[in-house]
Amino acid sequence: MKKILALVLVLMLSVSAVAMAETIKIGVFEPASGDNGAGGKQEVIGIEYANSLVPTVEIGGVTYDVELVEVDNQSATDKAVSAAQELVDAGVSIVLGSYGSGVSMAGGEVFAAAEIPAIGCSCTNPGVTSLCDYYWRVCFLDPFQGTVMANFAMDEFGAKTAYVLSQLGDDYTTGLATYFAKAFEGMGGTVINEQFTEGTSDYTAYLTNAINGGADVIFCPTSTTVAALLINQAASMNIELPLLAGDTWESSVILDAAKGTNLTICCSTFFDENDESSTQAAEFVQGFKAWLNANPDKMTNNGGNDIVAAVSALGFDAYMTAIEAIKAADSAVGADIAAAMPGVTLTGVTGSISFDEIGDANKDMAYIKQANTETGAFDFVKTQTVAELEG
Amino acid sequence: MFDKILPYLLSGISVGGQYALIAVGYTMVYGILRLINFAHGDIFTAAGFFMVYIAATLPVQIAMPLVVVLTVILGFAVERVAYKPLRSAPRMSVMISAIGVSYLLQNLMWYVTGGLAKQYPTIPWISNSITIGPATTKVVTIVTPILTILLVIALVTIIQKTKIGMAMRAVSKDFETAQLMGIKIDSVISTTFIIGSLLAAIGSVLYFTNYTSVTPTVGAMPGLKAFVAAVFGGIGSIPGAVIGAFIIGICENLIKALGYTTFSDAFTFALLIVILLFKPTGLFGEKISEKV
Repeated sequence: MKKILALVLVLMLSVSAVAMAETIKIGVFEPASGDNGAGGKQEVIGIEYANSLVPTVEIGGVTYDVELVEVDNQSATDKAVSAAQELVDAGVSIVLGSYGSGVSMAGGEVFAAAEIPAIGCSCTNPGVTSLCDYYWRVCFLDPFQGTVMANFAMDEFGAKTAYVLSQLGDDYTTGLATYFAKAFEGMGGTVINEQFTEGTSDYTAYLTNAINGGADVIFCPTSTTVAALLINQAASMNIELPLLAGDTWESSVILDAAKGTNLTICCSTFFDENDESSTQAAEFVQGFKAWLNANPDKMTNNGGNDIVAAVSALGFDAYMTAIEAIKAADSAVGADIAAAMPGVTLTGVTGSISFDEIGDANKDMAYIKQANTETGAFDFVKTQTVAELEG
Repeated sequence: MFDKILPYLLSGISVGGQYALIAVGYTMVYGILRLINFAHGDIFTAAGFFMVYIAATLPVQIAMPLVVVLTVILGFAVERVAYKPLRSAPRMSVMISAIGVSYLLQNLMWYVTGGLAKQYPTIPWISNSITIGPATTKVVTIVTPILTILLVIALVTIIQKTKIGMAMRAVSKDFETAQLMGIKIDSVISTTFIIGSLLAAIGSVLYFTNYTSVTPTVGAMPGLKAFVAAVFGGIGSIPGAVIGAFIIGICENLIKALGYTTFSDAFTFALLIVILLFKPTGLFGEKISEKV
């Protein structure tokens, strides 16, 4: 009797072990609420779409199902740590995200301690990868983005003085604002720097400061929640200065706020859905739009339309990079995947991806877009590469 | 010179008016219950969300009174559920209950809305832009201080001239004796919460017409500043709360005009500390002489 019982127990254990072994978990570390919630959701749907195309991965000749474990880091650095811990406890092998550099840096320490590699999709602050050995990323960095926008401000608007507005204590906005200011001053421009605190609703005083300070452009790389308020108040004050921002502003939140106003709003971003030079990108845009239209709840997460956001494309690329890394490591263990990461190369929808020794993708092109206030869509303005800036 | 300062002044007066409408709610509840109703800022936020959801299906003209009614019901319900059962409990218990209600409301809103910012509907006329001298702003900026002052005058008249107002004054003077004199204390307290919530609802319409994003935590900052305004003016005093709110609103914006943008919030809270140190009863607060 005892022997039979033991046999049954062993059988049950082995059966469950087999069942467990066939799934590999990929953590999705993104904000679904808070200031960056709208952008985070767009990044997640990019990842989910990629997962729907490539739902399995082969490790050691066995086909593993990929299970996405999604957590909400609430756009807050204090919540990010526990969200990251949740992923570690769920036993994920690799992590994707997050939208927002501050939360990525906060989560990075947890992932590093657990020896789980993480791939940032759209976090652009240099500190994300340079301060954490387990973080890689598939997008360009703020020093580049800041330089691009500084050049754009000078070339396109002939700006001599720039008003730079950032959020106190937010890694992304202060970082990008600093790099912009550095580049702009390096080219002989004058910069007026001001900061606002989290939870500020009234931006009229800041906008008035920009006008009284004699600024030619306003550079305000804020979260989309702040951007909506800022654009609204700028419109009611009849601000004629161009508003420039970074990658976060490429969002339908901005388009909705800007529609019907007389504002000039430009931002730099990673990807343009109308760029037909790459077949991967064209295929992705087509497939992604069809997938959105077939899934109404995903469409809602995209802001209610089928405009392809750059962060969705980056989410897609990050997932594909993770799959490549798992294949290269031929293991589901986080440390093994991390060891394989530096060697991973692939052609993504946002361009070819390979990593430098810090863990950043070797990307050198930014797209500049302008919000069309009549049609409520982004118009492509130009692309800018590092070589062009140095030349 | 004046040309440059005018936009700051305008926005200061407007912000002050919004703080005032919230501050009156704080100060009235304090005057009667000796309770700082921490949930007040969240009732203000809830009014914003009511508008977002109701205006999605109904025209704004119908939505607006509905929002006011719903907010009043919410304020009334909070008092009945969370404060009334604690009437004879120590004051500290009621205060903790108020903090609990505040977080409960915040997290409920977070849960219901998914935590994303919602765009506030455009209210006709007051959302339009107007130009005053060198400054362009929304009509609501001008409407806010005027409406605030009118509402406060109406409120003070109610308190001075009507029977319920007299009951309120009696209750705030002496809780127990008023009860002994046959004043229905529960209905007086309910009325206080109803008036407070009504003003918060109107305040929220004015506030969100100016700052059109509603998030679950948006009420926290104006709520805190209104509280500072109430203390500054002398908590318990309605004119005090209003004047305190205008002073804080204007000072905040002038500090930003001077270029110290980062310190404008710090100023408000530093002011709170200074007042508590040097004039704990505020500008118009009554002297409290403890009876032995």
